[in-house]
Amino acid sequence: MTLPATISSIDVDYLRAQFPILSTTVHGGKPLVYLDHAATSQKPQCVIDAIASYYTTTNSNVHRGAHALAAKATEAYEHARHTVAAFLGAASPSEIVFTKGTTEAVNLVAATVAHRLQPGDEIVLTEMEHHANIVPWQLMAQQRGAVIRVIPVTDSGELDMQAAASLIGPATKIVSAVHVSNTLGTVNPVAQLCAMAGSVGALSFIDGAQAVLHDPIDVAALGCDFYAFSAHKLFAPMGLGVLYGRYHVLESLPPYQGGGSMIDSVSFDGTTFNAPPMRFEAGTPNVEAAVGLTTAIEWFAAVDPDWRRHHDQSITAYALDAIGGIDGLTVYGNAAHRVGILSFTVEGTHAADVGTLLDAMGVAVRVGHHCTQPLMRRLGVTSTIRASFSVTTTAHEVDVFAAALTKAVGMLR
Amino acid sequence: MKPSQIADTLVAEFEMFTDWEDKYSYIIDLGKHLPPYPAERRTDDFLVRGCQSRVWLSPTVEGDVLRFDADSDAIITRGLIAMLLRVYGGQPAHDIIATPPTFLSRIGLDTHLSQSRANGLASMVNHVMRIAAVVAQQPRSGEPA
Ligand SMILES: Cc1ncc(COP(=O)(O)O)c(C=O)c1O
Repeated sequence: MTLPATISSIDVDYLRAQFPILSTTVHGGKPLVYLDHAATSQKPQCVIDAIASYYTTTNSNVHRGAHALAAKATEAYEHARHTVAAFLGAASPSEIVFTKGTTEAVNLVAATVAHRLQPGDEIVLTEMEHHANIVPWQLMAQQRGAVIRVIPVTDSGELDMQAAASLIGPATKIVSAVHVSNTLGTVNPVAQLCAMAGSVGALSFIDGAQAVLHDPIDVAALGCDFYAFSAHKLFAPMGLGVLYGRYHVLESLPPYQGGGSMIDSVSFDGTTFNAPPMRFEAGTPNVEAAVGLTTAIEWFAAVDPDWRRHHDQSITAYALDAIGGIDGLTVYGNAAHRVGILSFTVEGTHAADVGTLLDAMGVAVRVGHHCTQPLMRRLGVTSTIRASFSVTTTAHEVDVFAAALTKAVGMLR
Repeated sequence: MKPSQIADTLVAEFEMFTDWEDKYSYIIDLGKHLPPYPAERRTDDFLVRGCQSRVWLSPTVEGDVLRFDADSDAIITRGLIAMLLRVYGGQPAHDIIATPPTFLSRIGLDTHLSQSRANGLASMVNHVMRIAAVVAQQPRSGEPA
């Protein structure tokens, strides 16, 4: 196969060269072909350097010490909040709460809005949610006697928006939906969902874990009350997540966890709490990861969004074409608006076996239910193979992947 | 043959293969020839937890000898099962316990398998070992209880 003219190899190679791990080998000399970017992104050298530099020049606890380093670390941490606010189009950095990840962001909101729910109130989710955007709501719904309603997924792997319109009604208190499906790559019309939620006075929560590394996000345009993502999927370290919340909504919520930093004053007669975002950040935060996230966002923002979209679409089309000829291949979802995440099965083979053989050939993919068991049930499968791409994915990697897949299937049948 | 001797034979067989592809082709072949699993025992009661693919394992005890029927919906897993059953199947419980699964690392399987696969294999071995431990503790027939 020749390199399609639409994929500019010069640009990809330039970006790729900044990721040391992408030129390593696995299993005794097999060049790594990393196609598991949706699970976690790799980190460019500048992010790695930023973390090292933080520890050699800045490290200190934040918001507490009365010394030079404490001020420097606090400034770096708050600078990250500014950077994230600008990245998401938030009205102010006070709307940005740092969490451990998307998962904690969902848990935080579910726990702190719980008191508003009465028995019979409804939480609307979708059939393509990650377990992180299902289980926290279920736990809370059980406690409050609330009911979970589910927007179904169509055969093309898109949300049934007509069903959504009839599900979202006066009883709805929260609508929570994934922006981009981690299993199908479908981009959901979340602005429309947020508008539906708003029209019935419900809060809207958008899981942006997969969306942030695609088109630019503008929470104001989306009209959501909450938006969450994990730093590690955006070229930054693990252990840090972002929860955007509309300020007046955040202000109306009680604390999530108790501890240092989240208080105004503490006494055994009664404690008063800090304003958002600090109200929701108990304890010493992950400053190193916040510093890494600042650099990651700056790095990512410098890659032209039009180029990103173009590359993502070209590489996805190229991959679909490269594996399309494999006998018995089923690709799940063909949404009109999708990103570079391909979930598929090959008749007569088990996804786990394909994954093992691809791995033996140096190709890293994910196999399993991708933490979306309800969606798997809807698709009628227990597991799929998922290849996910990034700005660093080359046509050559896709060629290696397609050849390895063909070989694996040949060995298994 | 004792399980440890069978394990040595298995290791020797794998030493003949120089690349991963031949190893996997052999495991896949073993998987294709795994004896059929009794359909009535393909139930959740016999599922081994902790495996990426579904694994059913059903022991039968004759005196102190353990026999295993096992199956999986994944072929490589079936091959791994075939290897375990070759070493441990039809053996006295105390011989099974006395043979830790070091042959898997000697074959180089533990490092080559993905983490989830390796965990699944460990779950299967633990399951076999647990059953053997229970059987080994029962008083043997003919011995005073
Ligand atoms: C769509 C989606 N939501 C939520 C999560 C959970 O993210 P994390 O494990 O980083 O909290 C993921 C990541 O796997 C995801 O893809």
